[in-house]
Amino acid sequence: MTDRARLRALSNSTCIVGVDESDELGTLPHKSQLTLHVEAIHNAVRDAGLKVADIDGVFTAGQHSPATIAEAIGVTPRYVDGTTVGGCSFIIMVGHAMVALHHGLCDVAVISHGESGRSGVGVTPRRDTALPGQWEAPYGFGGAPTYFGLITTRHMHEHGTTLEQWAQVAVSTRKWAALNPKAKNREPITVQDVLRSRPVVWPFNVLNICLVTDAGGAVVMTRAERARDCAKPPVYVRGAGEGAEHVALTQMRDLTTSQATRLSGDKAFAMAGVRPADFQHVMLYDAFTSGPPIMLESLGFCKPGEGVHFFEEGRATPGGTLPINTNGGGLSYTHTGMYGIFPIIESVRQLRGECGPRQVPGVRLSLVNGMGGMLSAAGTLVLANQT
Amino acid sequence: MELERPLPHPITPEARPYWDGAREGKLMIPRCTACGKAFLYPRVRCPFCASRDIEWIRASGRGRLHAFEIAHQILNRAFKVKTPVVLAMVELEEGPRLLTNLVNVEPDPARLRCDMPVEVVFEKQTEEITLPMFQPAGGAR
Ligand SMILES: [Zn+2]
Repeated sequence: MTDRARLRALSNSTCIVGVDESDELGTLPHKSQLTLHVEAIHNAVRDAGLKVADIDGVFTAGQHSPATIAEAIGVTPRYVDGTTVGGCSFIIMVGHAMVALHHGLCDVAVISHGESGRSGVGVTPRRDTALPGQWEAPYGFGGAPTYFGLITTRHMHEHGTTLEQWAQVAVSTRKWAALNPKAKNREPITVQDVLRSRPVVWPFNVLNICLVTDAGGAVVMTRAERARDCAKPPVYVRGAGEGAEHVALTQMRDLTTSQATRLSGDKAFAMAGVRPADFQHVMLYDAFTSGPPIMLESLGFCKPGEGVHFFEEGRATPGGTLPINTNGGGLSYTHTGMYGIFPIIESVRQLRGECGPRQVPGVRLSLVNGMGGMLSAAGTLVLANQT
Repeated sequence: MELERPLPHPITPEARPYWDGAREGKLMIPRCTACGKAFLYPRVRCPFCASRDIEWIRASGRGRLHAFEIAHQILNRAFKVKTPVVLAMVELEEGPRLLTNLVNVEPDPARLRCDMPVEVVFEKQTEEITLPMFQPAGGAR
Protein backbone atom coordinates (compact mmCIF):
# COMPACT_ATOMS: atom_id res chain seq x y z
CA MET A 1 0.00 0.00 0.00
CA THR A 2 1.44 3.38 -0.93
CA ASP A 3 1.54 6.29 1.50
CA ARG A 4 -1.07 8.05 -0.61
CA ALA A 5 -3.36 5.02 -0.56
CA ARG A 6 -3.01 4.81 3.23
CA LEU A 7 -4.08 8.45 3.53
CA ARG A 8 -6.94 8.03 1.06
CA ALA A 9 -8.29 5.01 3.01
CA LEU A 10 -8.92 7.36 5.96
CA SER A 11 -10.74 9.93 3.85
CA ASN A 12 -14.52 9.96 4.46
CA SER A 13 -14.22 6.98 6.85
CA THR A 14 -15.43 9.05 9.82
CA CYS A 15 -17.88 11.88 10.42
CA ILE A 16 -18.60 14.72 12.77
CA VAL A 17 -22.12 14.07 14.04
CA GLY A 18 -22.52 16.53 16.91
CA VAL A 19 -21.25 20.03 17.71
CA ASP A 20 -22.15 22.72 20.22
CA GLU A 21 -20.89 25.35 22.60
CA SER A 22 -21.40 25.62 26.36
CA ASP A 23 -24.80 26.97 27.51
CA GLU A 24 -23.38 30.51 27.51
CA LEU A 25 -20.29 32.26 26.11
CA GLY A 26 -18.69 35.49 27.26
CA THR A 27 -17.88 36.61 30.79
CA LEU A 28 -18.95 33.76 33.09
CA PRO A 29 -17.62 34.24 36.64
CA HIS A 30 -20.32 31.84 37.88
CA LYS A 31 -18.95 28.84 35.97
CA SER A 32 -15.75 26.84 36.40
CA GLN A 33 -13.60 25.74 33.50
CA LEU A 34 -14.64 22.12 34.08
CA THR A 35 -18.33 23.09 33.92
CA LEU A 36 -17.73 24.68 30.51
CA HIS A 37 -16.43 21.28 29.29
CA VAL A 38 -19.36 19.40 30.78
CA GLU A 39 -21.98 21.74 29.27
CA ALA A 40 -20.37 21.62 25.83
CA ILE A 41 -20.20 17.81 25.82
CA HIS A 42 -23.78 17.51 27.03
CA ASN A 43 -25.00 19.85 24.28
CA ALA A 44 -22.91 18.32 21.46
CA VAL A 45 -23.98 14.76 22.33
CA ARG A 46 -27.62 15.91 22.29
CA ASP A 47 -27.01 17.56 18.90
CA ALA A 48 -25.82 14.16 17.63
CA GLY A 49 -28.86 12.34 19.03
CA LEU A 50 -26.54 10.13 21.10
CA LYS A 51 -26.11 9.58 24.86
CA VAL A 52 -23.10 10.59 26.95
CA ALA A 53 -22.84 6.89 27.92
CA ASP A 54 -22.09 6.09 24.24
CA ILE A 55 -18.75 7.95 24.47
CA ASP A 56 -15.75 5.62 24.62
CA GLY A 57 -13.04 7.96 23.31
CA VAL A 58 -12.19 11.21 25.13
CA PHE A 59 -9.96 13.87 23.58
CA THR A 60 -9.05 17.19 25.19
CA ALA A 61 -6.21 19.71 25.37
CA GLY A 62 -5.22 22.30 27.93
CA GLN A 63 -5.19 22.17 31.69
CA HIS A 64 -7.47 19.19 32.26
CA SER A 65 -6.46 15.68 31.24
CA PRO A 66 -8.88 13.51 29.25
CA ALA A 67 -9.20 11.38 32.39
CA THR A 68 -10.53 14.40 34.30
CA ILE A 69 -13.07 15.08 31.58
CA ALA A 70 -14.14 11.42 31.44
CA GLU A 71 -14.58 11.37 35.21
CA ALA A 72 -16.58 14.60 35.16
CA ILE A 73 -19.06 13.24 32.59
CA GLY A 74 -19.17 9.78 34.17
CA VAL A 75 -17.76 7.60 31.40
CA THR A 76 -14.90 5.07 31.32
CA PRO A 77 -13.19 5.58 27.95
CA ARG A 78 -11.09 2.94 26.22
CA TYR A 79 -9.23 5.60 24.25
CA VAL A 80 -7.80 8.92 25.55
CA ASP A 81 -5.72 11.66 23.93
CA GLY A 82 -4.41 14.82 25.62
CA THR A 83 -2.14 16.21 22.88
CA THR A 84 -1.57 19.85 23.86
CA VAL A 85 0.28 21.91 21.26
CA GLY A 86 -1.69 25.13 21.60
CA GLY A 87 -5.06 26.32 20.37
CA CYS A 88 -5.10 24.12 17.26
CA SER A 89 -4.95 20.95 19.38
CA PHE A 90 -8.69 20.33 18.93
CA ILE A 91 -8.36 20.58 15.15
CA ILE A 92 -5.46 18.11 15.26
CA MET A 93 -7.57 15.82 17.48
CA VAL A 94 -10.22 15.46 14.78
CA GLY A 95 -7.45 13.72 12.81
CA HIS A 96 -6.42 11.66 15.82
CA ALA A 97 -10.03 10.64 16.48
CA MET A 98 -10.42 9.77 12.78
CA VAL A 99 -7.52 7.31 13.05
CA ALA A 100 -8.72 5.80 16.34
CA LEU A 101 -12.29 5.38 15.05
CA HIS A 102 -11.15 4.02 11.67
CA HIS A 103 -9.11 1.29 13.39
CA GLY A 104 -11.85 0.43 15.88
CA LEU A 105 -9.96 1.69 18.94
CA CYS A 106 -13.13 3.53 19.94
CA ASP A 107 -16.64 3.94 18.50
CA VAL A 108 -17.85 7.36 19.65
CA ALA A 109 -15.25 10.07 20.22
CA VAL A 110 -15.76 13.41 21.92
CA ILE A 111 -13.29 16.29 21.55
CA SER A 112 -13.86 18.76 24.34
CA HIS A 113 -12.74 22.29 25.15
CA GLY A 114 -13.53 24.44 28.17
CA GLU A 115 -11.62 27.51 29.21
CA SER A 116 -12.33 30.20 31.76
CA GLY A 117 -9.97 32.47 29.89
CA ARG A 118 -11.51 35.73 31.06
CA SER A 119 -12.74 34.99 34.57
CA GLY A 120 -10.15 32.38 35.56
CA VAL A 121 -12.61 30.21 37.53
CA GLY A 122 -11.15 26.81 38.42
CA VAL A 123 -7.94 27.27 36.43
CA THR A 124 -4.32 26.49 37.32
CA PRO A 125 -2.18 29.67 37.37
CA ARG A 126 0.30 29.88 34.52
CA ARG A 127 4.01 29.56 35.33
CA ASP A 128 7.02 30.36 33.22
CA THR A 129 8.84 27.31 31.99
CA ALA A 130 12.63 27.24 31.65
CA LEU A 131 13.01 28.67 28.16
CA PRO A 132 10.64 31.69 28.23
CA GLY A 133 11.66 32.45 31.82
CA GLN A 134 15.30 32.59 30.86
CA TRP A 135 15.30 34.07 27.35
CA GLU A 136 12.09 36.09 26.95
CA ALA A 137 10.51 37.36 30.20
CA PRO A 138 13.46 39.63 31.19
CA TYR A 139 12.79 41.68 28.05
CA GLY A 140 9.05 42.10 28.56
CA PHE A 141 7.91 39.24 26.31
CA GLY A 142 4.89 37.35 27.57
CA GLY A 143 1.36 37.13 26.20
CA ALA A 144 0.67 36.32 22.57
CA PRO A 145 0.69 39.90 21.14
CA THR A 146 4.36 40.35 22.10
CA TYR A 147 5.29 37.45 19.84
CA PHE A 148 2.86 37.72 16.93
CA GLY A 149 3.82 41.39 16.53
CA LEU A 150 7.31 40.28 15.45
CA ILE A 151 5.87 37.99 12.77
CA THR A 152 3.72 40.88 11.60
CA THR A 153 6.41 43.58 11.34
CA ARG A 154 8.67 41.15 9.46
CA HIS A 155 5.79 40.45 7.03
CA MET A 156 5.29 44.20 6.53
CA HIS A 157 9.03 44.58 5.85
CA GLU A 158 9.24 41.71 3.34
CA HIS A 159 5.90 42.13 1.56
CA GLY A 160 4.93 45.78 2.07
CA THR A 161 1.71 44.87 3.89
CA THR A 162 0.17 47.77 5.82
CA LEU A 163 -1.71 48.56 9.02
CA GLU A 164 -4.76 49.42 6.86
CA GLN A 165 -4.67 45.94 5.29
CA TRP A 166 -4.54 44.18 8.68
CA ALA A 167 -7.44 46.42 9.80
CA GLN A 168 -9.52 45.15 6.85
CA VAL A 169 -9.42 41.67 8.40
CA ALA A 170 -11.03 43.00 11.59
CA VAL A 171 -13.66 44.92 9.60
CA SER A 172 -14.57 41.89 7.46
CA THR A 173 -14.78 39.57 10.45
CA ARG A 174 -16.98 42.03 12.35
CA LYS A 175 -19.44 42.02 9.43
CA TRP A 176 -19.87 38.28 9.96
CA ALA A 177 -20.18 38.73 13.75
CA ALA A 178 -23.08 41.13 13.16
CA LEU A 179 -24.97 38.15 11.66
CA ASN A 180 -24.20 35.75 14.54
CA PRO A 181 -26.39 36.19 17.66
CA LYS A 182 -23.77 34.34 19.75
CA ALA A 183 -20.99 36.79 18.84
CA LYS A 184 -19.75 39.07 21.63
CA ASN A 185 -19.04 42.20 19.55
CA ARG A 186 -21.57 42.85 16.77
CA GLU A 187 -21.60 46.60 16.08
CA PRO A 188 -19.95 47.53 12.74
CA ILE A 189 -16.42 48.95 12.71
CA THR A 190 -14.33 50.77 10.09
CA VAL A 191 -10.65 50.67 9.19
CA GLN A 192 -10.32 54.04 10.95
CA ASP A 193 -11.88 52.58 14.12
CA VAL A 194 -9.23 49.87 14.14
CA LEU A 195 -6.39 52.31 13.47
CA ARG A 196 -7.62 54.66 16.23
CA SER A 197 -8.30 51.99 18.87
CA ARG A 198 -6.09 51.70 21.95
CA PRO A 199 -2.45 50.81 21.15
CA VAL A 200 -1.30 47.56 22.77
CA VAL A 201 1.85 46.33 21.02
CA TRP A 202 2.56 48.17 17.78
CA PRO A 203 1.65 47.10 15.06
CA PHE A 204 -1.43 45.95 17.02
CA ASN A 205 -4.17 48.09 18.49
CA VAL A 206 -6.81 46.45 20.63
CA LEU A 207 -9.11 45.83 17.61
CA ASN A 208 -6.32 43.82 15.91
CA ILE A 209 -6.35 41.35 18.79
CA CYS A 210 -8.83 38.59 19.65
CA LEU A 211 -11.29 38.71 22.53
CA VAL A 212 -10.64 36.99 25.85
CA THR A 213 -13.74 35.07 26.93
CA ASP A 214 -15.06 32.12 28.92
CA ALA A 215 -16.61 29.31 26.87
CA GLY A 216 -16.65 25.64 26.03
CA GLY A 217 -17.15 23.70 22.84
CA ALA A 218 -17.34 20.04 21.87
CA VAL A 219 -17.32 17.88 18.75
CA VAL A 220 -18.68 14.30 18.56
CA MET A 221 -17.40 11.84 15.93
CA THR A 222 -18.15 8.32 14.83
CA ARG A 223 -17.55 6.06 11.82
CA ALA A 224 -19.46 6.88 8.65
CA GLU A 225 -21.81 3.87 8.77
CA ARG A 226 -23.02 4.78 12.27
CA ALA A 227 -23.13 8.50 11.45
CA ARG A 228 -26.05 7.95 9.04
CA ASP A 229 -28.23 6.95 12.04
CA CYS A 230 -27.47 10.12 14.02
CA ALA A 231 -29.87 13.05 14.43
CA LYS A 232 -28.30 15.47 11.96
CA PRO A 233 -26.81 15.02 8.48
CA PRO A 234 -23.23 13.73 8.82
CA VAL A 235 -20.24 15.94 8.02
CA TYR A 236 -17.45 13.84 6.52
CA VAL A 237 -13.82 14.25 7.53
CA ARG A 238 -12.42 14.11 4.04
CA GLY A 239 -8.90 15.16 5.01
CA ALA A 240 -6.89 15.94 8.13
CA GLY A 241 -3.30 17.02 8.64
CA GLU A 242 -1.03 18.40 11.31
CA GLY A 243 2.47 19.77 11.76
CA ALA A 244 4.79 21.36 14.31
CA GLU A 245 7.83 23.48 13.59
CA HIS A 246 9.01 25.36 16.69
CA VAL A 247 7.92 26.80 20.03
CA ALA A 248 10.39 29.65 20.63
CA LEU A 249 9.87 32.22 17.88
CA THR A 250 13.65 32.57 17.44
CA GLN A 251 13.63 29.01 16.10
CA MET A 252 11.06 29.63 13.33
CA ARG A 253 12.99 29.45 10.07
CA ASP A 254 11.03 32.09 8.19
CA LEU A 255 8.81 34.34 10.33
CA THR A 256 6.42 35.03 7.45
CA THR A 257 5.82 31.44 6.26
CA SER A 258 4.59 28.75 8.64
CA GLN A 259 6.09 25.34 7.89
CA ALA A 260 3.65 23.75 10.35
CA THR A 261 0.70 25.30 8.49
CA ARG A 262 2.06 24.25 5.11
CA LEU A 263 2.69 20.66 6.25
CA SER A 264 -0.77 20.34 7.81
CA GLY A 265 -2.44 21.68 4.68
CA ASP A 266 -0.44 19.54 2.26
CA LYS A 267 -1.35 16.37 4.17
CA ALA A 268 -5.04 17.25 4.55
CA PHE A 269 -5.35 18.20 0.85
CA ALA A 270 -3.58 14.99 -0.25
CA MET A 271 -5.86 12.84 1.91
CA ALA A 272 -8.94 14.60 0.57
CA GLY A 273 -7.75 14.84 -3.03
CA VAL A 274 -8.58 18.57 -3.19
CA ARG A 275 -6.89 21.90 -3.94
CA PRO A 276 -7.39 25.34 -2.33
CA ALA A 277 -9.58 26.45 -5.24
CA ASP A 278 -12.13 23.72 -4.40
CA PHE A 279 -13.40 25.29 -1.13
CA GLN A 280 -16.56 27.40 -0.78
CA HIS A 281 -15.95 28.26 2.90
CA VAL A 282 -12.90 28.79 5.08
CA MET A 283 -12.33 29.01 8.84
CA LEU A 284 -8.93 30.31 10.03
CA TYR A 285 -7.62 30.85 13.54
CA ASP A 286 -7.71 34.62 13.99
CA ALA A 287 -5.99 35.47 17.25
CA PHE A 288 -4.58 38.51 15.38
CA THR A 289 -5.64 40.28 12.21
CA SER A 290 -2.40 39.31 10.49
CA GLY A 291 -2.95 35.60 11.15
CA PRO A 292 -5.53 34.65 8.49
CA PRO A 293 -3.68 36.31 5.56
CA ILE A 294 -0.42 34.58 6.53
CA MET A 295 -2.27 31.25 6.89
CA LEU A 296 -3.81 31.62 3.41
CA GLU A 297 -0.29 32.19 2.04
CA SER A 298 1.23 29.22 3.89
CA LEU A 299 -1.65 26.96 2.78
CA GLY A 300 -1.11 27.86 -0.87
CA PHE A 301 -4.31 29.88 -1.46
CA CYS A 302 -2.16 32.72 -2.83
CA LYS A 303 1.40 33.93 -3.16
CA PRO A 304 3.31 35.29 -0.14
CA GLY A 305 2.12 38.83 0.61
CA GLU A 306 -1.24 38.41 -1.16
CA GLY A 307 -3.37 36.99 1.68
CA VAL A 308 -4.61 40.47 2.61
CA HIS A 309 -6.27 40.81 -0.82
CA PHE A 310 -9.00 38.32 0.21
CA PHE A 311 -10.12 40.83 2.84
CA GLU A 312 -9.53 44.19 1.18
CA GLU A 313 -11.26 43.05 -2.03
CA GLY A 314 -14.27 41.76 -0.09
CA ARG A 315 -13.90 38.14 -1.18
CA ALA A 316 -13.90 37.01 2.49
CA THR A 317 -16.83 39.19 3.61
CA PRO A 318 -20.60 38.47 3.53
CA GLY A 319 -21.62 38.07 -0.12
CA GLY A 320 -18.00 37.46 -1.19
CA THR A 321 -16.71 34.57 -3.30
CA LEU A 322 -14.76 32.89 -0.47
CA PRO A 323 -16.38 33.60 2.93
CA ILE A 324 -13.83 33.45 5.76
CA ASN A 325 -14.51 33.24 9.52
CA THR A 326 -18.28 33.37 9.22
CA ASN A 327 -18.89 32.99 12.98
CA GLY A 328 -17.23 36.36 13.62
CA GLY A 329 -13.96 34.70 14.57
CA GLY A 330 -11.76 35.01 17.60
CA LEU A 331 -11.72 38.73 16.82
CA SER A 332 -15.46 39.31 17.41
CA TYR A 333 -17.35 36.09 18.35
CA THR A 334 -15.39 34.37 21.11
CA HIS A 335 -11.79 33.51 22.00
CA THR A 336 -11.10 31.67 25.22
CA GLY A 337 -7.35 31.18 24.79
CA MET A 338 -7.38 27.87 22.90
CA TYR A 339 -9.87 28.81 20.18
CA GLY A 340 -9.52 25.76 17.88
CA ILE A 341 -12.76 23.96 18.71
CA PHE A 342 -14.92 26.90 17.58
CA PRO A 343 -13.94 27.07 13.89
CA ILE A 344 -14.76 23.34 13.63
CA ILE A 345 -18.22 23.95 15.09
CA GLU A 346 -18.89 26.78 12.60
CA SER A 347 -17.66 24.74 9.65
CA VAL A 348 -20.03 21.88 10.56
CA ARG A 349 -22.98 24.27 10.97
CA GLN A 350 -22.28 25.84 7.58
CA LEU A 351 -22.08 22.42 5.91
CA ARG A 352 -25.42 21.48 7.51
CA GLY A 353 -27.03 24.74 6.39
CA GLU A 354 -27.90 25.80 9.95
CA CYS A 355 -26.48 29.33 9.94
CA GLY A 356 -29.54 31.50 9.21
CA PRO A 357 -28.63 35.03 8.07
CA ARG A 358 -24.92 34.21 7.85
CA GLN A 359 -25.43 30.94 5.92
CA VAL A 360 -23.11 30.70 2.91
CA PRO A 361 -25.14 29.35 -0.02
CA GLY A 362 -24.02 26.09 -1.61
CA VAL A 363 -21.24 25.08 0.79
CA ARG A 364 -20.05 21.57 -0.07
CA LEU A 365 -16.41 21.73 1.05
CA SER A 366 -15.14 23.70 4.03
CA LEU A 367 -11.59 24.25 5.26
CA VAL A 368 -10.62 24.55 8.93
CA ASN A 369 -7.07 25.64 9.71
CA GLY A 370 -5.66 26.66 13.05
CA MET A 371 -2.38 27.43 14.72
CA GLY A 372 -0.94 26.50 18.08
CA GLY A 373 1.33 29.01 19.74
CA MET A 374 2.79 31.50 17.25
CA LEU A 375 2.26 29.49 14.02
CA SER A 376 4.26 26.86 15.93
CA ALA A 377 1.96 23.91 15.40
CA ALA A 378 -0.99 23.66 13.02
CA GLY A 379 -3.95 21.52 12.12
CA THR A 380 -5.97 21.47 8.90
CA LEU A 381 -9.31 19.78 8.16
CA VAL A 382 -11.17 19.28 4.92
CA LEU A 383 -14.85 18.81 5.82
CA ALA A 384 -17.64 17.93 3.41
CA ASN A 385 -21.39 17.29 3.51
CA GLN A 386 -21.22 14.45 0.97
CA THR A 387 -18.71 11.68 0.24
CA MET B 1 17.57 48.58 44.73
CA GLU B 2 14.25 47.57 43.25
CA LEU B 3 14.54 45.50 40.11
CA GLU B 4 12.95 46.87 36.94
CA ARG B 5 12.69 43.49 35.23
CA PRO B 6 12.15 39.81 36.00
CA LEU B 7 15.57 38.16 36.10
CA PRO B 8 16.23 35.16 33.86
CA HIS B 9 14.87 32.16 35.71
CA PRO B 10 15.65 29.37 35.91
CA ILE B 11 19.18 29.60 34.53
CA THR B 12 19.71 26.19 33.01
CA PRO B 13 23.10 24.46 33.45
CA GLU B 14 23.77 24.30 29.69
CA ALA B 15 23.34 28.10 29.46
CA ARG B 16 25.73 28.98 32.31
CA PRO B 17 28.60 30.17 30.02
CA TYR B 18 26.18 32.63 28.34
CA TRP B 19 25.30 34.31 31.65
CA ASP B 20 28.88 34.13 33.00
CA GLY B 21 30.02 35.85 29.80
CA ALA B 22 27.34 38.54 29.97
CA ARG B 23 28.46 39.41 33.51
CA GLU B 24 31.92 40.15 32.06
CA GLY B 25 30.53 42.14 29.14
CA LYS B 26 31.02 39.34 26.59
CA LEU B 27 28.31 37.85 24.36
CA MET B 28 29.19 34.14 24.47
CA ILE B 29 27.39 31.69 22.16
CA PRO B 30 27.68 27.95 21.52
CA ARG B 31 29.10 26.75 18.19
CA CYS B 32 29.27 23.27 16.74
CA THR B 33 32.85 22.21 15.96
CA ALA B 34 31.61 19.65 13.40
CA CYS B 35 29.54 21.88 11.08
CA GLY B 36 30.79 25.25 12.32
CA LYS B 37 27.34 26.72 12.92
CA ALA B 38 26.57 28.80 15.99
CA PHE B 39 23.16 28.53 17.63
CA LEU B 40 20.95 29.80 20.43
CA TYR B 41 19.42 28.87 22.85
CA PRO B 42 22.28 26.76 24.26
CA ARG B 43 21.88 23.01 23.85
CA VAL B 44 24.22 20.04 24.37
CA ARG B 45 23.71 18.83 20.81
CA CYS B 46 23.93 20.75 17.53
CA PRO B 47 20.40 21.36 16.16
CA PHE B 48 21.77 21.43 12.60
CA CYS B 49 23.98 18.30 12.34
CA ALA B 50 23.38 16.35 15.59
CA SER B 51 27.03 16.58 16.71
CA ARG B 52 27.72 16.57 20.45
CA ASP B 53 30.98 18.55 20.04
CA ILE B 54 30.05 22.07 21.10
CA GLU B 55 32.43 24.93 21.90
CA TRP B 56 31.73 28.44 23.19
CA ILE B 57 32.87 31.47 21.21
CA ARG B 58 32.66 35.20 21.82
CA ALA B 59 30.23 36.73 19.34
CA SER B 60 31.11 40.05 17.70
CA GLY B 61 28.02 41.65 19.22
CA ARG B 62 26.98 42.94 15.80
CA GLY B 63 23.77 41.94 14.10
CA ARG B 64 20.58 43.10 12.41
CA LEU B 65 17.14 43.97 13.74
CA HIS B 66 15.21 41.02 12.29
CA ALA B 67 11.81 42.13 13.64
CA PHE B 68 10.52 44.53 16.27
CA GLU B 69 7.41 45.82 18.00
CA ILE B 70 6.65 48.63 20.39
CA ALA B 71 4.94 47.56 23.60
CA HIS B 72 2.60 50.12 25.14
CA GLN B 73 1.65 47.73 27.91
CA ILE B 74 3.43 44.74 29.44
CA LEU B 75 1.46 41.85 30.95
CA ASN B 76 4.20 40.73 33.35
CA ARG B 77 3.86 42.86 36.50
CA ALA B 78 7.50 42.20 37.39
CA PHE B 79 8.50 44.20 34.30
CA LYS B 80 8.46 47.83 35.42
CA VAL B 81 10.46 49.58 32.69
CA LYS B 82 8.50 52.63 31.53
CA THR B 83 6.59 51.94 28.30
CA PRO B 84 6.73 52.26 25.34
CA VAL B 85 9.52 49.68 25.08
CA VAL B 86 10.96 48.27 21.86
CA LEU B 87 10.80 44.45 21.92
CA ALA B 88 13.10 43.01 19.31
CA MET B 89 14.36 39.90 17.57
CA VAL B 90 18.01 40.34 16.61
CA GLU B 91 19.87 38.13 14.17
CA LEU B 92 23.55 37.99 15.14
CA GLU B 93 26.29 38.20 12.52
CA GLU B 94 27.17 34.59 13.48
CA GLY B 95 23.63 33.40 12.61
CA PRO B 96 21.60 32.79 15.77
CA ARG B 97 18.57 34.90 16.66
CA LEU B 98 17.61 36.10 20.11
CA LEU B 99 14.84 38.10 21.73
CA THR B 100 15.93 41.33 23.40
CA ASN B 101 15.16 45.03 23.77
CA LEU B 102 16.33 47.73 21.41
CA VAL B 103 17.56 50.59 23.63
CA ASN B 104 18.98 54.07 23.19
CA VAL B 105 16.48 54.69 20.41
CA GLU B 106 13.17 56.53 20.12
CA PRO B 107 10.28 54.03 20.27
CA ASP B 108 8.81 55.32 17.01
CA PRO B 109 7.97 52.93 14.15
CA ALA B 110 8.94 55.61 11.63
CA ARG B 111 12.53 55.57 12.93
CA LEU B 112 12.99 51.81 13.06
CA ARG B 113 13.21 49.32 10.25
CA CYS B 114 13.80 45.60 9.98
CA ASP B 115 17.38 44.66 9.03
CA MET B 116 18.92 47.87 10.42
CA PRO B 117 22.37 47.17 11.90
CA VAL B 118 22.52 46.90 15.70
CA GLU B 119 25.18 46.23 18.32
CA VAL B 120 25.14 44.71 21.79
CA VAL B 121 25.18 46.72 25.01
CA PHE B 122 25.15 45.22 28.48
CA GLU B 123 22.84 46.31 31.28
CA LYS B 124 23.81 45.14 34.75
CA GLN B 125 20.83 44.06 36.84
CA THR B 126 22.48 42.48 39.91
CA GLU B 127 25.96 41.25 40.90
CA GLU B 128 25.04 37.94 39.23
CA ILE B 129 22.97 38.97 36.23
CA THR B 130 23.77 41.28 33.33
CA LEU B 131 21.38 41.35 30.36
CA PRO B 132 22.58 41.75 26.77
CA MET B 133 20.52 44.35 24.89
CA PHE B 134 21.00 46.05 21.54
CA GLN B 135 21.22 49.60 20.19
CA PRO B 136 21.54 51.01 16.66
CA ALA B 137 25.07 50.37 15.33
CA GLY B 138 27.30 53.31 16.11
CA GLY B 139 25.48 54.27 19.28
CA ALA B 140 22.38 56.12 20.37
CA ARG B 141 20.21 58.02 17.93
ZN1 LIG C 1 26.61 21.00 13.75
